[in-house]
Amino acid sequence: MRFSTALVLTATLFLTGGCQVTSQQQDDALYQDLGERQGIETIVEDLLYRIADDPRIAFQFRGIDVAHFHRQLSDQICDLSGGPCTYSGMDMTESHAKMGVTNTQFNALNEQLILAMEANAVSTSAQNRLLALLAPMHGDIVNTSGD
Amino acid sequence: MNKNHPLLGSGILILICLFSQGLYADPGSRLWGTGGVTSIEGSAGGGLVPWALLAGYASDEEWGGTVALSRGEFDDYSLTVTSAAVNWRNRFEFSLARQNLSLDTLGPALEQDAAKQDIFGAKVRLHGDVLYSPLGQWSLGIQHKRNRNSAIPGAVGARSDNGSDLYLAGSKLFFGAFFHRNVLVNTTLRSTRANQGGLLGFGGDRNNSHEAQIESSIGIFANRRWLMGAEYRQKPDNLSAVPEDDWWSLYLAWLPDRHLSVTAAWVELGDIVGLEDQRGPYLSIEGSF
Repeated sequence: MRFSTALVLTATLFLTGGCQVTSQQQDDALYQDLGERQGIETIVEDLLYRIADDPRIAFQFRGIDVAHFHRQLSDQICDLSGGPCTYSGMDMTESHAKMGVTNTQFNALNEQLILAMEANAVSTSAQNRLLALLAPMHGDIVNTSGD
Repeated sequence: MNKNHPLLGSGILILICLFSQGLYADPGSRLWGTGGVTSIEGSAGGGLVPWALLAGYASDEEWGGTVALSRGEFDDYSLTVTSAAVNWRNRFEFSLARQNLSLDTLGPALEQDAAKQDIFGAKVRLHGDVLYSPLGQWSLGIQHKRNRNSAIPGAVGARSDNGSDLYLAGSKLFFGAFFHRNVLVNTTLRSTRANQGGLLGFGGDRNNSHEAQIESSIGIFANRRWLMGAEYRQKPDNLSAVPEDDWWSLYLAWLPDRHLSVTAAWVELGDIVGLEDQRGPYLSIEGSF
């Protein structure tokens, strides 16, 4: 009885361990499709130029340390997409608490990100997978009343 | 017999003027495709079914709207719909639609050219965002319908030539859900007593009260410019003399940018006033401002 329990436990640990290794290898796929660290940094740089030209959102970014912001956002996307980075910045609620971000602004940023990815030949598949990871942050970032 | 609604006519005219003025303005900040297209009843949705999405692309600090022209060619009928909608801050949608169902085969027998109907719609977004909320977006809508040719509802035995539908719709986009493509799912629960959407009046000998009907749509975005999918609309069957069927369609929508959408569909309407298996192509062009 005890032996079989131990066997099942061992087997379970082994199998889950095995699964984790496999899924880690697969989870790297989005990072690869975004062009790894270099590709992500290019997309983020393009995004920052687009933000600066977009009157709907440019004012929210006025006065930021651009190099620091570029590094932090690249880290975050690299981390999210399964790349070998660790995002060490503030959580999304904290960093947007005093900004009064509206849905209009959230949509505008999303649009510029999609356009930046398109301009850098990121596939529709990779765009959608990244958006799937970013969409749940909406509730933490948009902090105007509405719903 | 024809009841004119000058308010509706001038309303559409004003909206068309607004549209042409705002043609080069930005139609709003919501992402491509999140306004759906214009349904045959003027509300934002698919072709046959109103969705929880509000017309056009206005987000929470903006207003905007749409104008649309739609045409369906079926075996013994052809449908033309002229419509317009405004969206205030992605919270309220108000729409007007004028339907004309030409009686290509039955006309001489009935001594009528067409069934005609005006639809005044309002929709409020109750909760959520189709892209970002875990439970999707939920809206409540009403469509008040008035026949402009009372002879048609009278001829088929409808109890009334005007009526209102109330509906609750839920829409949700799942990012990358099918072969890494975005999938849009919609379900609508409609309370109605309309015969053939109201073009044959409201209520009948079999049933004269509102009944709950299920309507559903699914769509897959091949990319942000192309959406294809299917729709189903359950319908009441109030008139024993002219039984009616549920509606189906397969559609393909092209949304090159936020100003324009073109929807082509194949529509199955079933029996209409004794003429069997009405089906055919449908085309709708929509502009957003």
